This record gives sequence, structure tokens and C-alpha cells, in this order.
Amino acid sequence: MSYQVDENGFYGRYGGAYVPEVLYPNVEELRVNYQSILQDPDFQKELEQLLKLYVGRETPLYPSHFLSAKHGAAIFLKREDLCHSGSHKINNTIGQVLVAKRLGKTRIVAETGAGSHGVATAMACALLKLPCTVYMGEVDMERQAPNVARMKLLGAEVVPASSGSKTLKDATNEAFRDWINHLTNTFYVIGSVVGPHPYPDMVAQFQSVISKELLGQVPSLTGQSYPDYVIACVGGGSNAAGSFYHFLDHSEVSLIAAEAAGKGLDSGFSAAATFLGKEGILHGSKTKFMQTPEGQILEAHSVSAGLDYPGIGPLHAYLHDCKRVRFVPVTDCQALDAGSLLSENEGIIPAIESAHALAALDQVRFKSTDVVVVCLSGRGGKDLETYSQYSSSKK
Amino acid sequence: MNQLTENRLNNIFKNRKKKISIYLTAGYPNLADTIDLIAILEKAGVDFIEIGIPFSDSVMDGPVILNSHKIALENGMTPEILFDQLAIIRERITIPLILMGSMNPVYQFGFERFCQRCSRAGVDGLLLPDLPLSDFKLHYQNYYRLNNLAPIFMVTPQTSRERLTAIDAAGEGFLYAVSSSSTTGSSNKMADSSDYFEKLKSLNLKNPVAVGFNINTKNDVEFVHGYTDAAIIGSAFIREIEKGIDEKRIREFIDGLIN
Repeated sequence: MSYQVDENGFYGRYGGAYVPEVLYPNVEELRVNYQSILQDPDFQKELEQLLKLYVGRETPLYPSHFLSAKHGAAIFLKREDLCHSGSHKINNTIGQVLVAKRLGKTRIVAETGAGSHGVATAMACALLKLPCTVYMGEVDMERQAPNVARMKLLGAEVVPASSGSKTLKDATNEAFRDWINHLTNTFYVIGSVVGPHPYPDMVAQFQSVISKELLGQVPSLTGQSYPDYVIACVGGGSNAAGSFYHFLDHSEVSLIAAEAAGKGLDSGFSAAATFLGKEGILHGSKTKFMQTPEGQILEAHSVSAGLDYPGIGPLHAYLHDCKRVRFVPVTDCQALDAGSLLSENEGIIPAIESAHALAALDQVRFKSTDVVVVCLSGRGGKDLETYSQYSSSKK
Repeated sequence: MNQLTENRLNNIFKNRKKKISIYLTAGYPNLADTIDLIAILEKAGVDFIEIGIPFSDSVMDGPVILNSHKIALENGMTPEILFDQLAIIRERITIPLILMGSMNPVYQFGFERFCQRCSRAGVDGLLLPDLPLSDFKLHYQNYYRLNNLAPIFMVTPQTSRERLTAIDAAGEGFLYAVSSSSTTGSSNKMADSSDYFEKLKSLNLKNPVAVGFNINTKNDVEFVHGYTDAAIIGSAFIREIEKGIDEKRIREFIDGLIN
């Protein structure tokens, strides 16, 4: 069974390129060229150097004594939070901005939820000297104000998306509209494994540096070739796609995706698209979306702005259907508790997104010999206010 | 070769008269307005009408049409309600009607069932901007044909000659030429698109060409008519009916565009 995208841009029944004709030439230009650009030795050398010297890769695989004792297995944290920019997002933005330059584009547009992708895009653009416009939901701009300030300091223009739920979905709509209106010079740097083919595959390839490093780190730390479990959070699913990538064909590795259940799957305030979603078409691909019976897209809810998206990447919808990945729902409170515990006991403040992956540990029964990797996709500096509000609400 | 013999769209384009078309959003400004609007527009001399199916996340649209979608959804518009309204209006009018909208609501309705309902309600064409040509050919072409529904596709200034030919071959009724690469209701000028309109004219396309997006004035309409068969007005009309339907005002608006 192949988990790679097929020649038509599909993972099983999911994926494709459902874009209006106006975007067809741009998407087609990227589709025709992306593989040869990514495989070009000069491109690879430039990307590798930047990942090493600028991003700070490789990121450590850290054995968490606290989590290992708590869960009775060897638990390791893949420290993507130590990447320059504070999350895994920069693995992808450096790659895509380099691709944009190869295609002769002179302007970058991006969407952002929590601001992590926006900051990572703004950094890549500052470094590689391209002007950058980032769309961000008005609600998210409030709850992630420090990231807005960062993007502005980095020279990016931050434009509020004020339609709909004023979160990631609406920021994505606005970024698409900007792209439609500036086709000839603009490249859209999509932040997750979503969007029209070839974006999901291209982003997965850029993020696959995570699992590629694990292929070397796991044996040297544990003596076994592969981990028994890899756990990551999913919104659109980019850090999960990158963490799973090199293990997809190794069925002995159990893969677990933590989805944001918000206030609970049945609460009406959730973002767990594999549980609550139905096959549909939005933002260029056919995948699972939370929607009404009439096909209107529902607003997602999660305490984590980065997971607050009503859909999931087509690769993940496929991995879900063929049961290669087990999806577990994690509520806001479970994530905040797990993040607070790690902060107190290990001295690591995780992004609330990543805290969902930590909370998923509670939903698995491990054997004492198990080697478990949790992708700590980002750091929690941006989430201090949410953490402190939560902790004072519990007192 | 046109496959659809009894299609109203194909019939109206048999004469060479330059045509005018209006886009409206179903269920806007009020849920039941669609029926009256269509009747008024026919009386005012509009040659064919596009009816937008409102969608929560239409990426092709600018602020004016987006807002009309939002209000139409708040009014409770659904495809089911729209088909009921269209069945009523079809008894009263003879001009062609085209449904237009994002794929997802059609996909959830069931594509085949949607086409059947179109046919029963007297709809003549269907335009789904985010339906790829490849998917159309692979999965859906037959549903259009069986229901006498013209598949309408968009082309843009960036569409290559080769692809224009392929789209023209697959499409029927007319080709929807987007005046510039933009969302609806942008401020781009018609005159900047003259090379592109010239190219469309020179290609000897099988289908008539109708131009839409950013057409606001009589001058715009005349400019478009100089090259192609029809002009489609969307955002400017939606702005016009923002505060409700006034038959006299609508007739003046249409008169102002064509006379």
C-alpha cells in the first residue's frame, strides 16, 4: 500500500486540485516544477545549509524522565520547539520561499492561525529578501498578539481577516483571494499539508526532515531501529505529516494523531475533523471538513489557534480511512493540563498545539519496553496568557 | 458540436444580438426575492441570468458578493429551497437560467441529484468555478448531458491557448471569460483586457463568449460587446439591490447599461 500522492494528486479518494480556473496556471506551474526543484542538488544544498545554520537543525530527541516515569515507557520529545522561530513551521517556509524564488516570484502571501506559520514565513522572507503579506483572523490577532508584533518587526504586512469566524479558515480564504488578485508575481506559502495538489505533498516533503532525523536519532539513543510509537498533534497536519513520513511504510511503528476536541466532541465547540467531518471540497482539495448537511463549512473551536481549522489535510484523511494512523480527540482542558505538567516537571513550556500530543499519551497503554516519540512541535511563549488564565481559573 | 439541442442557452445565442446578463445571489436580499427579481430582470430586457448558490467560504468573490452570500445564508437559503422557487418562476419566464457556485454544496447535495433537480426546475446551465475540467470529464459530464444542462467553464487572461481550446471543446452554452485575474467586484479596468478579448475573438471558438467580473458601466458593457457576445454584471447589481427590490430602480439600472 502506498501512502504517497498519486500522479493525479490524490491520496486514495482525497486531495486533487479544486481551484478556480484563475489559479490553474499558478498551481500547474508549481505542480510541473516542484519535484525537479526539490530534487535539484543545488536547491537541496542551499536548503540543508539554511536548516542547519539558520534554523538550528538537527533538533534534539530528548528523553523525558518525567513523562517516561509517568507513562511507564521510554518517552522522547522531538524538540521542534527549539527551531528558530519557535516551531516546526520554519522547515516548510524556508523551503517554499526558496521554491518561490526558483519560480521567479517576487512577493509572498501566507495565512496564519496561531501566528507560528506567519512568523516563520516573515522570517524566511526577511532572510531571503521577499516582501510578505500575512492574513490572520481578527480573533487570532487578539489571542496571539506577540506573534503579530513579531511579524511586523520582521517587516511583514499583517492583514486582519474579518469575515466568518475570524480565525484560520477565514485567513486562508483571504490569502487565496489575495493570490487570485496578484497572480503573476505572488507565491502562496501554505502553512500546512492542505490546499490544492501539489501543496500537501510539497509541505509533507519539507516537514519530513523531522522523521528523517528520527531515523538516525532513535537507533543511537535506544538501540532499536524504529520507535514503537510516534505521536503528533494535527490541525491541518503538517508536523504530524513530517513526524510520520519515514515511518508510514513501517507498519510496526504505531502512529497517533491528536486532534483538538475543543470543549468536547459533542459540545458543538470542537475542531476534530476526522470525528466530526465529512468528505467535502474546500481550499483546493477534497478531504474531510466539518460542515452542515447543506455543505456550509462550520466554524472550528479550539483553545489552540493553530489547530482551529475545520478540515484536515488529504493525506491524513486517507491515513485515517485506511487506519494507518489512530486519531484521538484531546480537549482544551486535557491539553492545558498536559502542557502545564510538562512546564512544571520538565522545564519545557510547550505550545498548546503540541500539548495536545502530550495529552494523547494518556489515551494509550504502553509496554515498559516501548519507545515513544512525541513531536513537541512548538514552544509555548505565545500561549502564556492562555496558560495563566487557565491556571487562575482552576484556583 | 453542441450536444444539447433543446437548451435555451444554445437557442438564444443563435441570434447575433449582443446580450446582457445579471448575476444575483439566491435568497438575497430576502429569502423570497429571487422569484420576483428574475421576473423583473426578464421584463427589463436581460437576456439570461446567473443565480449564485450561497456558500460560507467562496474564495472567488470580493466583499460585495461575499456579503450577499452571508446574508442569503442567514436568510436560510438552501439548494432545496432554491429549486422550489425556480420551479415557480420557470412558469412565468422564458429566458435561460444558470446556476453558479462553489462545488461543496453541490457535492453534498449529490451531483447527480443536483443535475436532475436543475433539469426539473428548468435550469439551463451550471457553472462551478472550482470543478476541475479533469473531474468534469471523469465523473460528471454525463449528468449534465442527461439533464440537458450546459456545462459552463471559466477562462481567464492567463489561460493558455491550448487550454482555451480544451475548455471550449468541453463547455457548452457559452464560455465565461473572466475580465481580469481577480476576485469579483475588483477595480480592474476593462480597457486593460483588450489584448485578451482580441485573442478570444481571434480563436474561432465553438462557444459564444460572455465576459464577467468588474463590469460596472455602460462603457464597460459596450467595450465588452465590441469583442464578445455578452456582458455579465454581478457586484454592481448586488450593490443596487442592497436596500431591497424596487422594480423601477432595477429597470433604470438595466436601461442605463444597455441604452
